Amino acid sequence: MKQLLSALPLAIGLIAAPPAFAQTPGVTATEIKVGNINPYSGPASAYGTIGKSIGAYFKMVNDQGGINGRKINYITYDDGYSPPRAVEMARRLVEQDQVALIFQSLGTPSNSAIHKYMNQSKVPQLFVATGATKWNDPKNFPWTMGWQPSYQTEGRVYAAYVLQSVKDAKIGILYQNDDYGKDYLKGFEDGLGDRAKQLIVMRQSYEVTDPTVDSQIVNLKNSGANVFFNITTPKFAVQAIKKSYDIGWKPLHFLNNVSTSLGAVMIPAGTEASKGLVTALYQKEVTDPQWASDKAFQDWVAWMKKYYPEGKLDDQFNAYGYSVAMTLAHVLKACGNDLSRENIMRQAANIKDLELPMLLPGIRINTSLTDFAPIEQAKLARFDGERWVLFGELLASANR
Amino acid sequence: MARRAPVVVVVAVVVACALPFLLSNFRLFQFTQVYIYAIALLGLNLLTGYNGQISLGHGAFYAIGAYVAAIMMDQWHVPYGWTIPAAGVICFAAGFLFGLPALRLEGLYLALATFSLALATPQILKYFEHWTGGSQGIVLTKPSAPSGLPLNPDQWLYFVALAVLLAALLLAANLLRGRVGRAIVALRDNPIAARAMGVNGALYKSLTFGVSAAYTGVAGALSAVAIAYVAPDSFNIFLSIALLIGIVVGGLASISGAIYGAFFVHFVPIWAQDISKAAPWAIFGVSLILFMYFMPYGIAGAVHRIAQRLQRPQRTGDGREPPPSVRTTA
Repeated sequence: MKQLLSALPLAIGLIAAPPAFAQTPGVTATEIKVGNINPYSGPASAYGTIGKSIGAYFKMVNDQGGINGRKINYITYDDGYSPPRAVEMARRLVEQDQVALIFQSLGTPSNSAIHKYMNQSKVPQLFVATGATKWNDPKNFPWTMGWQPSYQTEGRVYAAYVLQSVKDAKIGILYQNDDYGKDYLKGFEDGLGDRAKQLIVMRQSYEVTDPTVDSQIVNLKNSGANVFFNITTPKFAVQAIKKSYDIGWKPLHFLNNVSTSLGAVMIPAGTEASKGLVTALYQKEVTDPQWASDKAFQDWVAWMKKYYPEGKLDDQFNAYGYSVAMTLAHVLKACGNDLSRENIMRQAANIKDLELPMLLPGIRINTSLTDFAPIEQAKLARFDGERWVLFGELLASANR
Repeated sequence: MARRAPVVVVVAVVVACALPFLLSNFRLFQFTQVYIYAIALLGLNLLTGYNGQISLGHGAFYAIGAYVAAIMMDQWHVPYGWTIPAAGVICFAAGFLFGLPALRLEGLYLALATFSLALATPQILKYFEHWTGGSQGIVLTKPSAPSGLPLNPDQWLYFVALAVLLAALLLAANLLRGRVGRAIVALRDNPIAARAMGVNGALYKSLTFGVSAAYTGVAGALSAVAIAYVAPDSFNIFLSIALLIGIVVGGLASISGAIYGAFFVHFVPIWAQDISKAAPWAIFGVSLILFMYFMPYGIAGAVHRIAQRLQRPQRTGDGREPPPSVRTTA
């Protein structure tokens, strides 16, 4: 009943409101409403700091006068990483709070749940925080765009390196048998192109429910592979690294970016066993001492101290939030005074050579009406027993 | 009280039917979810409240119902209307079968066994990736109202959920009113006496488990239709706990309690979040404690007491009160 009473004025307001003009909801002369959904609670609450760091960044933008004179009103809700909650929160943002767009909603399941709704309501679902490839589908879902390199992009980066620099490659692959694993596999095989058949000597898969991947590693060793593409989530990554070290298999070992956490993978697997692993990075790692004297890094630290003092300085997610918020600020600035939802999408699909301070030097964000994948470059890094050391040149995910 | 109950029910139904024309689509969507929760809570209340079997795993049946509906719609293109009874039947079977071995477990042991069911479900769903879409889940199409009805999809789904809820309430009330209901309650209150009276304990307990699971499965199927998406992450362990919280806050062994409980588990977390972003679950926890402290018999119990107090001055009859287990409305 209380619900009813509290909603009555709203209903009356809806009926009594004058017909809407061709004006975007959430945009006034002084304000842009930006919605966000993050898991502040629940199993994925470690990601919650992304939502907070984005808010901290917009606070700085507002302190500096906003964007073209408009302050960003950032409304963020918790979905606890639950898809039904994400649907409810997205509808709350769009229908009740009347935001201009939803930005950085996090998690593949949550974004999948609201994907259709956002496109049917024609509300931008910008720069979603997930690595799935399906967000780059401008033809069927013109209102949704990813941001970070997708799993396929990353797979292609490793393939590009193999083709360039490894002679007589014999490749063994271990992958998790689900969409995530197959996405990586597809990108990698696409990247190898015609040579995939000849170069890949063995593919092994595992189920998330499997207790170990030991036998797969033994099979891969016996296949004679000298390149190993390890597509595993942290728990299995630890097992794979340990087992191949224990049985004396020393291939060129690519480890997907999903499992590059020192605390969750390298240290449990043993730093000795982890030595020599290769992965792809696109951000400046905040724990990497080589950036200590870097101006961009220092700016980030200064911003953290001023606007998000409770945030952790060794948490990469805070740099992620900073960079992605910067990308949205760029898009909104490019919109000028036309903040219609159509124009927001048009500008999001018209980013040219945008370089962000906390991404690796040389990485440029490019989008177009047919390319909804903003970051498509990465650099390889080798684990030296203590940290990831960048090497080689910037690799692009080549043609698709 | 008993004489006034039908009036209250009629007023409630009329108000519920009027809401779609008064509220925004978003609010309707929230109410639809509340009704769906209420159906699941009703099922759990049959089992835990009336029959005394504690289940911490009803999220699993909710998930099975949701996936039955989603798979039927996605793979075989079955109209959504058929998926709801199908989910009920399959969950009845699943619940009945689970209830058989669970007979050997009492109280906390049963709670733990069902808890493991809830823990295992998301992982099992990922294992049958071909059917369930793995961790990516299944995207469905939201149904629109049958042509000819001037309703938008949200209004239509609201009425569907309301209709199923009313049917579920009616069925539960009928089930509990008669011989079966007495047997179910007797098995909770004094199993030895009940058996001595000729109640087949094993059969009734398993059947109650089955019916309870069927209710929850129907709710799961409805939720799949309303959300138009299912994924293992939708059915984590917290769902099972939320259902248990719902029946306790709403009122154990009370039919109307399911509705109060559904409002609580749906809206209180959202309000908690609005009060504090930093510690929404602390606020949720505090409100839970307050509710339990001030309404030890749940919201339904409190409503019942208030209604009694209001009625007392005019009371002329024999002073008889309906025992809690046959209270149908409050």
